[in-house]
Amino acid sequence: MAKITYIEHNGTEHALDVKSGLSVMEGAVKNNVPGIDADCGGACACATCHVYVDEAWLAKTGEKTAMEESMLDFAEGVEPNSRLSCQIKVTDELDGLVVRLPESQH
Amino acid sequence: MSAHIVIVGAGHAGGTAAALLRQYGFDGPITMVGEEPIAPYQRPPLSKAWLKGEADANSLALKPLEFYAENNIDFRPNVKAVAINRGAKTVALSNGETLSYDNLILATGARPIQLPIPGADLDGVLFLRTAEDAEKLKAALGPGKRLAVVGGGYIGLEAAASARALGAEAVVIEREQRLLARVACEQLSSFFKAKHEANGVEFVLAASAAAFKGENGKITAVVLEDGREIACDAALVGVGARPNDELAADAGLETARGVVVDLEARTSDAAIFAIGDVAHRPMPIYDRMFRMESVPNALEQAKQAASAITGRAPPAGETPWQWSDQYDVKLQIAGYPFDVDQILVRGDPASGKFAVFHLKGDQVQAVEAVNSPPEFMMGRQLIGNRKAVSRDKLADPNVSMKEVAA
Repeated sequence: MAKITYIEHNGTEHALDVKSGLSVMEGAVKNNVPGIDADCGGACACATCHVYVDEAWLAKTGEKTAMEESMLDFAEGVEPNSRLSCQIKVTDELDGLVVRLPESQH
Repeated sequence: MSAHIVIVGAGHAGGTAAALLRQYGFDGPITMVGEEPIAPYQRPPLSKAWLKGEADANSLALKPLEFYAENNIDFRPNVKAVAINRGAKTVALSNGETLSYDNLILATGARPIQLPIPGADLDGVLFLRTAEDAEKLKAALGPGKRLAVVGGGYIGLEAAASARALGAEAVVIEREQRLLARVACEQLSSFFKAKHEANGVEFVLAASAAAFKGENGKITAVVLEDGREIACDAALVGVGARPNDELAADAGLETARGVVVDLEARTSDAAIFAIGDVAHRPMPIYDRMFRMESVPNALEQAKQAASAITGRAPPAGETPWQWSDQYDVKLQIAGYPFDVDQILVRGDPASGKFAVFHLKGDQVQAVEAVNSPPEFMMGRQLIGNRKAVSRDKLADPNVSMKEVAA
C-alpha cells in the first residue's frame, strides 16, 4: 500500500491509498481521478496516462522501457520527468509519491 | 428533482459513461443495467492475459464494485432491457420492472456472429465476448489439447497465440485466401501468418466450416466444405460481431447496421443516446458514417454523450485507433484505410519492425505499425491533422517520423 497524491492540471489534489501491485495509472482510474484516460488499459499502446513525476521520486519509480520511451517521445507536453503511469508499479517504497497530470492526454 | 439517467448495457462504453457523468458533475440518479453478472470490465485482455491466467474479473474491473454505490449509481447486473416506450420515457426490463428516464444511453454492444451450420450447439463450440466465454475457452486450453479457430481475425489470432503459450495446439480456419482479410492489408496478413507459423500455429486458408462433428454431445472436429475434417477438442468461432440494435429499432429509432447517432452520440430521439459497438456514428475526418468495435471508440462516445448531457463542450474530434498483442508483436493501428490509392511500407517486415501507411494523395488515411511506436504516434497525428506528407520521406526509415511530419 502506498499513499499517492495525484494533482490535476487545475490544482485539485487526490490523495489516495493504492494497493501494491497495481500501477499508478490503475490507482487513478479505479478511483475516478479525472485527467488520466488510459484508453488501452495498461498495454503501453496509447500514451493517454501521461504524468509528471515529482523530481524527488523519479529514481524510485524505475527505468523507462524502450517502448515507453518511444511512446512518450511523441506525446504532447513531454518533460524530462514525464512517465506513462501504467508502467509504474506501486510498491510500499512509493508511499508518499506525488504525480502531476498534464492539461490533456491527447 | 434531478433528471434520471438510465444506461442500458454495462460494458466498457456504459461503465465509462456512468463514471464520466459523475466526473463532469452530474449529481442526479443513474441506473445502469447489464446482462452479465459482473460490473463493467476491460474486454481486450480476455483473449490474452485472461486466458494465460494473468488477469481476472477483479483486475479487469473498470472500477471497484463499491464505486457504483458510493457514487449513487444503481448498478443492476443480470438484467436485460426488453423494450423502450419513448412516449412514456420508460424502459421495460427482463425482470418485469419498468424504469423511467429523462435521458437514456444505449450501450448494448455487439454479439458474436453464429455459424448457422450443423453441430453449432455442441459442447466445445465457443465464442469470445464475455468473461464467462473466456473462462470456458481457458478451460479448453492446455498441453495435449487442440483448439480449432474458425475465422482468422484479431480475436481468433490472439486466442491462437494464447493457446500456444499454454501448450495447446492451434489450427486456424479462414474462409478467405489470407488472414485478417477484412481488417488489414496483405503485408500485415503475411507477417502475422509467418509469425504464427513460427510459433506452431497451423493454417487452413480458403476453407469454410460446413459442420461441427461431435460425440456424446461434445465437439471432436470441424468439417470443412470439401469434406476434410480438422480434429479438435474445442472450436472458437471468431467471424465478426453484429450490433445489438434491436431494442432501438423496435422503438422506432433510426438504425443502419447499428443505431444512427450524431457527433453528440444522440439518436433520432433527442432524449436517447447510443454509444460504443452498437452505434453507427459520423467520423468527420473521413466524411462518412460507420460502426466501430474498439475500446477507444467506446470511450470517445461515452465522452460525447456525457458532455452533451451535462452541457459541457464536446471532446475534440478524435483519430480512431486500436491495438493487438500477439507473442512479442505489438500492433498499433490508427485510422481506417478509406479511399486509399497507395500502400507504402516503411521498414523491413523481416526485421519484425515496420509500418504500413495507407495514403490518399499526400494524406495519411491509416497506419498499421508493428513494434513501431513512432510510426503509430506520428501517423495518428498526421491522420488527425490531415497534413500533406512526402511519400519519399515517409518510405525512407532513415528519415525520422518527426522530420516526415515537419
